[in-house]
Amino acid sequence: MAEYQNLFTSVQPVGPLHNGIDLPRGDDKRTGTPFLVHLLGRIGNAQIGPVYLGTLGVASLVFGIAAFNIIGFNMLASVDWNPIQLLRQLFWLALEPPPPAYGLSIPPLAQGGWWLIVGFMLTVSILLWWARTYRRARQLGLGTHVAWAFAAAIWLYLVCGFFRPVLMGSWSEAVPFGIFPHLDWVSAISLRYGNLFYNPFHALSIVFLYGSVLLFAMHGATILAVGRYGGEREIEQIIDRGTASERAGLFWRWTMGFNASMESIHRWAWWFAVLCPLVGGIGILLTGTVVDNWYLWSVKHHVVPAYPLGSPVVVDPAILGVKP
Amino acid sequence: MINMIKTTLLLTAALLLSGCERPPIETVQTGYRGTGMEQIYNPRTLAKQASLNAAPEVAEAASADGPKARDVYQNVKVLGDLSVGQFNRHMVSITQWVAPEAGCAYCHNVQNFADDGKYTKVVARRMIEMTQKVNQDYKAHVAETGVTCYTCHRGNNVPTQVWTAPKDRLYANSLLGDLAGQNMATKAAGLSSLPSDPFSPYLMGAEPIRVNSNTAMTGVGDYANRASTKQAEHIYSLMQHFSSSLGVNCTYCHNTRNFASWEESRPQRVTAWHGIRMARELNNEYIIPLTDQFPANRLGPKGDVAKVNCSTCHQGAYKPLYGAKMAKDFPELQAVVKP
Repeated sequence: MAEYQNLFTSVQPVGPLHNGIDLPRGDDKRTGTPFLVHLLGRIGNAQIGPVYLGTLGVASLVFGIAAFNIIGFNMLASVDWNPIQLLRQLFWLALEPPPPAYGLSIPPLAQGGWWLIVGFMLTVSILLWWARTYRRARQLGLGTHVAWAFAAAIWLYLVCGFFRPVLMGSWSEAVPFGIFPHLDWVSAISLRYGNLFYNPFHALSIVFLYGSVLLFAMHGATILAVGRYGGEREIEQIIDRGTASERAGLFWRWTMGFNASMESIHRWAWWFAVLCPLVGGIGILLTGTVVDNWYLWSVKHHVVPAYPLGSPVVVDPAILGVKP
Repeated sequence: MINMIKTTLLLTAALLLSGCERPPIETVQTGYRGTGMEQIYNPRTLAKQASLNAAPEVAEAASADGPKARDVYQNVKVLGDLSVGQFNRHMVSITQWVAPEAGCAYCHNVQNFADDGKYTKVVARRMIEMTQKVNQDYKAHVAETGVTCYTCHRGNNVPTQVWTAPKDRLYANSLLGDLAGQNMATKAAGLSSLPSDPFSPYLMGAEPIRVNSNTAMTGVGDYANRASTKQAEHIYSLMQHFSSSLGVNCTYCHNTRNFASWEESRPQRVTAWHGIRMARELNNEYIIPLTDQFPANRLGPKGDVAKVNCSTCHQGAYKPLYGAKMAKDFPELQAVVKP
């Protein structure tokens, strides 16, 4: 028999489609007539739309789509305008920043000029989208937590693509727009600056990344486990603790001595997620601008363990005047 | 329904695993414990590699007695000091190594063996000198193992592992589609999107390979290290080539916690350092000057001659032919002939 569950719900109680609350004066109309998608209803809300686009949303989409298309056409040109090769090699392709020789000057279109234009458009698009998340939250009478969490991600994006290249005096230090190429940039910046694993901000960022995963798993598991007592109505239980809350708290107190509250767990999760790009961005910003070799920096601060060297110790042939 | 889910899960798992290498994987520790200094091998692929890198049988040594080759034959410029017997043994061996099918006629005008009319003969003579140079002056790289023609040729007219400047795409690099010398999934870059020609700057040119700083903090003015992240990508590509040519991983030479450090490296890194200089000199002094000798079909898409890199000799083995000491049986290849 079909049953109602918290996740992968096979029974979908469907009411009349609704537009949501009335919007304050000055807001646009909502776009589209809402409709139901049964499959999506199995993992979330079955009702799709309406969407609120508004001025900010439209402007953001215009800049975003323009950037997306410039990247796409550059990729297409780089495979000789062959759409099949575009699909086949998609993961390898990129729009690259200018070569180092151009520094911070404006390069020709074909040598990173497009990259600069796309970088500007994408940044405008993202910032407009940020303003949209802020304004929509305000207009709905919500707090602006989502906007500030998004801002943390934007900080890391701007550090990698704008703040650090400007401080380094070279656009070439920025990240290319491409799947594998941006991963190569990640490897290369670590290799160039003496192993990013020795960057303490990188380490902190990893702590918050893995910490977020752990918290997410713990919280998700806890709420699912007390779902049978109505635990998924957790926001309600922040002010009116029921047996689900009590049991969830008891479980953690029994197993590890301490439990977060129905409210605080969400602050834990928010801060862990936000701190991940926040500290990561600090680490990248210091790389090359202040610290040039993170391994040696860690040696200097006595955090690198020393291991016995091989015998005989290998010596750099270049300083021995070896010929040829 | 349950069966459908099970089948889907099974198919997904099979799909996800299809890119993996079938075990067993063996790990060999090469450094102090806890440092991750180890090599990873799959005995199955290693056995296949080994069969591809077996040395051929060497012809029996000939007597040094009797008249010299230069006195009996005409136009003998580099092997004239050999006896006629030794000289002929060398010619038979070189045929076996380089032109087993075409035979003598691959290089010689069979009406007149002394004739320099075929480009292959002119090139072969210079290549013998190159082999002598390697064995004489690059002991730091080839040690007592040495090299012969077979080290690279392996029975082929042209060694299979050579490089030329990569072909330009037709419309890329115009107003749109700047490749920036990378993002092409070439074999040279180990099918990555790293720069696709790591050879021209480092194995022909002598661009700086060291990008790391010797100081923790960023220097200012004259003390600044101006190596860029882009340069690091080029070096990464070159190192990928080293790794795939030798069938080893990074830790064969480096301690990966600090790639730049020599004292934490293995001695193999010094050997590789000399190898870079060797490849550079061979390309610039021996191979590139021969460009005009070659017919157009032997040249690359940009008209440059086929040059050497690590895989030309190594061909996937940490030592070419897994260290088989072929060269000792050919003393005439051990030293450069004085003109």
